[in-house]
Amino acid sequence: MSKHRELGLTDSELELIEEKLGREPNDVELAMFSLLWSEHCAYKHSRKLLRRLPTEGERVVMGPGENAGAVDVGNGHAVAFKVESHNHPSAVEPFQGAATGVGGILRDVFALGARPIAILDSLRFGELDSVRSRHLLDGAVRGIGHYGNSIGVPNVGGEIYFEAPYEHNCLVNAMCVGLAKTEDMVRAAAVGVGNAVVLMGASTGRDGIGGASVLASAELGDGDEAKRPTVQIGDPFEESKVLECCLELLDRGLLVSLQDLGAAGLTSSAAEMASAGGVGIDLDVGRVPLREADMEPFEIMVSESQERMLAVVKPAKVPEVLALCEKWQTGSAQIGIVTDSGQVRVLRDGALVGEMPVEALVDGCPLYDLSPAEPDGWIYGNRATLAGETSAHEILLALLASPSVASKRWAFEQYDSVVGSRTVRRPESADAAVLQIPEAGNAIAVAIDGNGRRVACDPYAGTVEAVLECVQNLACVGAEPLGLTNCLNFGNPEKPAPAWQLDRAVSGLADACTALGVPVVGGNVSLYNEGPEGPIYPTPVVGMVGELPDPAKTCGSGFAREGDSIALLGPFSPTLAGSELAKLRGALEMGLPQADIAAVAAACAAVREAVRAGRLSSAHDVSDGGLACALAESAIAGRIGCRVDLQPLRERGCSPEEALFGEGPGGFLISGERDALESLAATLIGTVGGSAIEVAAGDRSLAVGLAAAEDAWRSLSERLTADADL
Amino acid sequence: MKWGVLQFPGSCDERDALQACSLIGEARLVWHEERDLEGIDAVVVPGGFSYGDYLRAGAIARFSPAMEAVAEFAAAGGPVLGICNGFQVLCEAGLLPGALLLNEDLRFHCRQLDLIPEGFVEGSQGSEAGKSFNEPLSIPAKHGEGRFWAPEEVLDSLEARGQVAFRYAPGQNPNGSARDIAGVWNEAGNVLGLMPHPEHAVDPLTGSTDGLKVFERLVQ
Repeated sequence: MSKHRELGLTDSELELIEEKLGREPNDVELAMFSLLWSEHCAYKHSRKLLRRLPTEGERVVMGPGENAGAVDVGNGHAVAFKVESHNHPSAVEPFQGAATGVGGILRDVFALGARPIAILDSLRFGELDSVRSRHLLDGAVRGIGHYGNSIGVPNVGGEIYFEAPYEHNCLVNAMCVGLAKTEDMVRAAAVGVGNAVVLMGASTGRDGIGGASVLASAELGDGDEAKRPTVQIGDPFEESKVLECCLELLDRGLLVSLQDLGAAGLTSSAAEMASAGGVGIDLDVGRVPLREADMEPFEIMVSESQERMLAVVKPAKVPEVLALCEKWQTGSAQIGIVTDSGQVRVLRDGALVGEMPVEALVDGCPLYDLSPAEPDGWIYGNRATLAGETSAHEILLALLASPSVASKRWAFEQYDSVVGSRTVRRPESADAAVLQIPEAGNAIAVAIDGNGRRVACDPYAGTVEAVLECVQNLACVGAEPLGLTNCLNFGNPEKPAPAWQLDRAVSGLADACTALGVPVVGGNVSLYNEGPEGPIYPTPVVGMVGELPDPAKTCGSGFAREGDSIALLGPFSPTLAGSELAKLRGALEMGLPQADIAAVAAACAAVREAVRAGRLSSAHDVSDGGLACALAESAIAGRIGCRVDLQPLRERGCSPEEALFGEGPGGFLISGERDALESLAATLIGTVGGSAIEVAAGDRSLAVGLAAAEDAWRSLSERLTADADL
Repeated sequence: MKWGVLQFPGSCDERDALQACSLIGEARLVWHEERDLEGIDAVVVPGGFSYGDYLRAGAIARFSPAMEAVAEFAAAGGPVLGICNGFQVLCEAGLLPGALLLNEDLRFHCRQLDLIPEGFVEGSQGSEAGKSFNEPLSIPAKHGEGRFWAPEEVLDSLEARGQVAFRYAPGQNPNGSARDIAGVWNEAGNVLGLMPHPEHAVDPLTGSTDGLKVFERLVQ
């Protein structure tokens, strides 16, 4: 096979490169183009779609295009955040893949000058009866914990779903949230001709060569073991030192700009910094500190060795910068200079080994239109696991024990959730994590959501629901959204069905964000997520940061007081379409009802205000497993039962099963004093008390003891703790 | 009362410890290369992953210049508190008995736990520990290498001399520590090490204020 194809470039892309250079590229140039023109770096199948997303808003400090987005949280402070995928590395080597996923997203955030204050993660694996899935789950959770714990950034929330389409292609999406003084934040643009380019952090080795092109921008398949060397190896100790060093450098005003080295290593960070600043950059690979002396120039330029940062520094400040790197015991070397040539020139000990126009590298890649086509029907398998006649009681226990619904304590207890002294609401105590921000005199709430199964049923409606669920999660703790980040995990965009899913999902994301007035400040696209059996569920993962005025006035998800009334609030019209129950019954098919976004927004506002006023004892959104599961979760969290009658939902036209187990956006389960709930125009459905979950729902009424419900809900953690394979 | 909080490359909880100390006195960070503890009345060796926990948790940090100063400070009777990685460092430095091994199930755990302060034992300085605590303390623990271990005769002697400072409440031992021991005193009663994190339990908003009692007790 010809070299350019091995590197992932098409024949026509090679011709375009030759045209732009006016000659054939040499090996160094070909390697650099292949990475920057990969899907991972160039977004060549998604960039046109992403133009639909609203990116402006009053509180936006930095939008898409920077290392991360940022929003104003008041008092001169900004919160930077971004979610990014590390799916294929994790599918090949879960521990290092997930660990370096966390490392990479941390660097994106502190590259802006923001101190990371929280990590969240969104994970997808195949069904747990598969040894592969348990291996990937265990490795990914250990990797996330290893890196985040060692750096001292709390992991405050996340989600894990188990679905067969992720069997070969797991998803590991990590989100980082950072805090900065707005005036101290830096951008990634290289400016100032004659300024020095300084490489900081770890030395450069042969790990991760071709990660962005060979691994991230192609489908998984046979022979993936051979791709293991394309996975990077993380060293959180090095990252911790580089992080502290960079923040101190910025605090002292010693840097002009800063960029992390992620996918495509030096190639992308240098080219993107030059492009953003409208300048050129000369780099001498002979000055790059190496792990192995005999590395070729192309290897140095494309290495994805972790824990490295690239800074632009005024020449007079270089000695101070190098000295501070020495204080933090991290590497540093001046490897280049900012020029006015508009070229990225690669030298080795002064001799030119590659020269390419910045514009051709960064913006020259052709952008492709998709050829979407709606599939005829459900394109995924769906094996029934709940067969025959089952009572409502049995269904509730089966749903609570279903790994996607069950407690994820096994996983989140492996993460430090308290370091930093900000975590007011820890995992599982509320619908969103709450972090106090004394610097701004308030607090933020953060959440991450995305149910791929529902998106598969209707990519548009499912994506709208992901955004709504995130906003609802924030509302439950009293927070109003400031901005959104997203990671679009999809299959091969060159195939019609995944292209259609992507196209519809981006429209759903755009319409939901526009209707809610929530700007998209950053994100990431991960395509080619396919295994031998086909594409993953289309999985747009939505991360959101919201603001609440007083960290003392927030709300948990657990029932709190015997005798409190329980109410349902919001435009909740549950159906079994795309539900966890439909999955267990093997009854999945295309189609979801469309959400009334404005009505959900109004319900969110009502809940938010009630929480802030301290009028609710608990607030929980109705999500996976429907109202019966939401009731059980609130009861388990509060260690107190409930007595509920779902007649009001029956009057809205729901069957007993739909009322109990149906899913759909817009539902809040709240508890508090009767007067407070009535003043919210909420529908009273019952009372907190007792030691059972008792629900009247016509011929499907149920009563499940709290202990039995908790046993079912905890069964996933019990099972994983006892798993001899892990 | 002026607290000094050590900072090594790889420390994670030093800012939290600084904040906790500043609630009950003045506090400053002490860089690992500093040898001068002049003006400091009490030292905290904080949690984290000093030197990446490479080789063995605490094994490298104990050789830092600041730890030499801490050893002299402790020998002169100065109060020293080691938290989590700090506890490991103090054990490696020989300032506290025992060692911290990998958790029994080889996993990191982060949990809010109840710590039972050890009761009063006649005739030992360390026994004062129990006096200020009359109920369990709710404090988070988070570590992968926190299984306290010492030879049986050392454990017997620690118990006899009142050097056991805290035990995990029954059924809550997260790591397989011998005799549920969560924290110990040195023989002289001026150096205290524990795996759980009192600096993360000083604010009602984040869960508990019981951790303050540990800091206060150290300098009583």
